[in-house]
Amino acid sequence: MNQFFSSLVGYIAIGIFLVLSALFTFVFPSTSVLDAGFASLDTFFSNAPLFFLFLIPAITMRMFAEEFNTGTIELLLTRPLKIIDIIGGKFLAALMLVVFSILPTIVYYFSIYKLAVPIGNVDTGGIIGSYFGLILLGASFVALGTFSSAITNNQIIAFLIGVLFCFTFYMGLDFLAKMPVFVGRLDYFIEHLGVNAHYLAMSKGVIDTRDLLYFLSLIIIFLLLTKIVLTKRK
Amino acid sequence: MNYITLQSMSVKVQNLSKLYGSQRAVDNISFDIPDGQVIGFLGPNGAGKSTTMKMIAGFIEPNAGSIEVCGIPVLEQAMLSKQKIGYLPENNPLYYDMYVKEYLSFVANVHGIRSINNRVAEMIEMTGLDREQHKKIQHLSKGYKQRVGLAQAMIHDPEVLILDEPTSGLDPNQLEDIRSLIVNLGKEKTVILSTHIMQEVEAMCERVIILNKGKIAADNQVARLKSGNKKTQLVRLKIKGKSASKLQLNHVKFKDIEDGFVLAQSNNSEVLTEEIFRYCASKEWVLQHLSQEESSLEDVFKELTK
Repeated sequence: MNQFFSSLVGYIAIGIFLVLSALFTFVFPSTSVLDAGFASLDTFFSNAPLFFLFLIPAITMRMFAEEFNTGTIELLLTRPLKIIDIIGGKFLAALMLVVFSILPTIVYYFSIYKLAVPIGNVDTGGIIGSYFGLILLGASFVALGTFSSAITNNQIIAFLIGVLFCFTFYMGLDFLAKMPVFVGRLDYFIEHLGVNAHYLAMSKGVIDTRDLLYFLSLIIIFLLLTKIVLTKRK
Repeated sequence: MNYITLQSMSVKVQNLSKLYGSQRAVDNISFDIPDGQVIGFLGPNGAGKSTTMKMIAGFIEPNAGSIEVCGIPVLEQAMLSKQKIGYLPENNPLYYDMYVKEYLSFVANVHGIRSINNRVAEMIEMTGLDREQHKKIQHLSKGYKQRVGLAQAMIHDPEVLILDEPTSGLDPNQLEDIRSLIVNLGKEKTVILSTHIMQEVEAMCERVIILNKGKIAADNQVARLKSGNKKTQLVRLKIKGKSASKLQLNHVKFKDIEDGFVLAQSNNSEVLTEEIFRYCASKEWVLQHLSQEESSLEDVFKELTK
C-alpha cells in the first residue's frame, strides 16, 4: 500500500505544502507572523486547511481511479484481502503522508516560541489542539478523497470531486448556514455539519469528545461508502 | 462409498450464469477439471471466457451457480479459495511505477509468505527475469511484463493457475518462451488458460472447452476433438499428369492446390483414401502421393462457433 512513498507525488505534495505554509507564515507581509506583532501560529492554522483542500485530493485521486483504469484493481481484489483492509491500508498510507507534511512545521512552533516576548509566551495548549485538529481535518479530507477516487476511473474527475467534497465540508456548509433562510433556525446545525466549526473549536486548545466524535464519524462514514461503491463496481 | 469422488477435482463449476443487463455473458455452464490438467478456454471475443475466469478467481460474483476450487466454495469462503488461485488477468495489469522486485515482494507480503526475499528470488529465476529484476515494470518489454504477470500469479505456489490470454500480443520468440513456461507449470499444477488462437491450445493443452455465446459448445480432449470431426474427409493426392479437372468420382470434390497436388473432399465417404486408390488403379494412373489430411482444431472451432 505504500505506493505514495515510491512515487514522486507524495514528496511533491509534502514539498508544496511546506513551502506554501512557510511563505504565508513568515514571508508574505499581509499574513506574516513577523509583521503581526503577536507570537501565534494562527495564520498557519487558518491557511493549512486551504492548502490541504487542493493537496489532499491530489494525493488521493490515484488511489482507486488508477486501479480501475489500469485494471490492477482486479489483481488486488483477487488476493486474499478484505475490501475494508484495502481501503484502510490506502487511507492510512495517505494519512501518513499528511502527518509527514505537518511534522516539519513543528519548527514554526519553536521559532515562534523564541520570538515571543518574554520567550515562551505562546499559547502552547492552543497550538497542540490546533495540530490535533489539523491532523483530524487532514484525515477527513483523505476519507473524502478516497471516496471520490472510488467512484470514477478518471483521476482528474476524482481530483475535482475530491476538491468539491472537501470544499463543501470545509467552507460550503458555513456559507450555506449564512443563507437568510437558515439564519436563526438551522444555521447552527448546518455549521456543525461542516468541518470548520469543529476545527476552530479544537484550535482553542479544548479537545471536546463531540468534536472528536464528529471527525471520526465523518471518516468512518466515507470509508464505508467507499466500501459500498467498490463492492458494487467490481 | 463412491470411489469416483476420490479423484480430487481442482475446479468444479456448476450451472454458472452471469448476466450483464439482459445479456447472458455466461449461460448455465458446468465443468470439472481434475488435478494437474491443462485446459484451454477457446472462443471468439465475447464468448464468456474472461467472465468465467473472473468468477473463478473471485473478482466478480455470478448470478447463479456454484464454483469450488480444491473443494473450497469460492463464493462462501473467498479468503481461503483466493489463496489457492493464481490469476493473470486479461491485458496483464501491473503497477507500472514499481520496480520488479518491489512489486513481487509486495505481492508476497500480501500472501503472508515468510521468507519473502528467497521466494522473490526463486520466482525471478523461474520466470527468467534475472537481468530485468532491478528495472521498473514500465521499462520492461511486453514479454518481460508478461513474465512479471506470471511471477505474481505463482508467487504463493497456488494449486490452480488461471491465465487469461497469457500470450496475447507477444512476438514469436516471446510466445515460445511463455508457452514452454506454461507447459512446465502444467506438470505440477492445474492450469486454465484462455485464448482465441487454435495452435496455442494444440501446443499447450490436454483438454479444450470451446465457449460460444456464453455456452459450452464443446468440451473434449484436444486429440479426440480433432479426430471426432469426421463429417468431412480431406485427402491430399498427386497423380502424374492429371489435374483436378480431369478427375471425376461420385460425391467427391477435387481442387487443385500448389505443386500439382490435388485436394479431395467428401462429405459422406468413410474410406476416401481407399476409393481414390481404387479409382486410380482402375484408370491405370500413377498415384504419386496419397495422404489423409487431419482436420485442424481451427476447422472444429469454426464449425462449432459459427
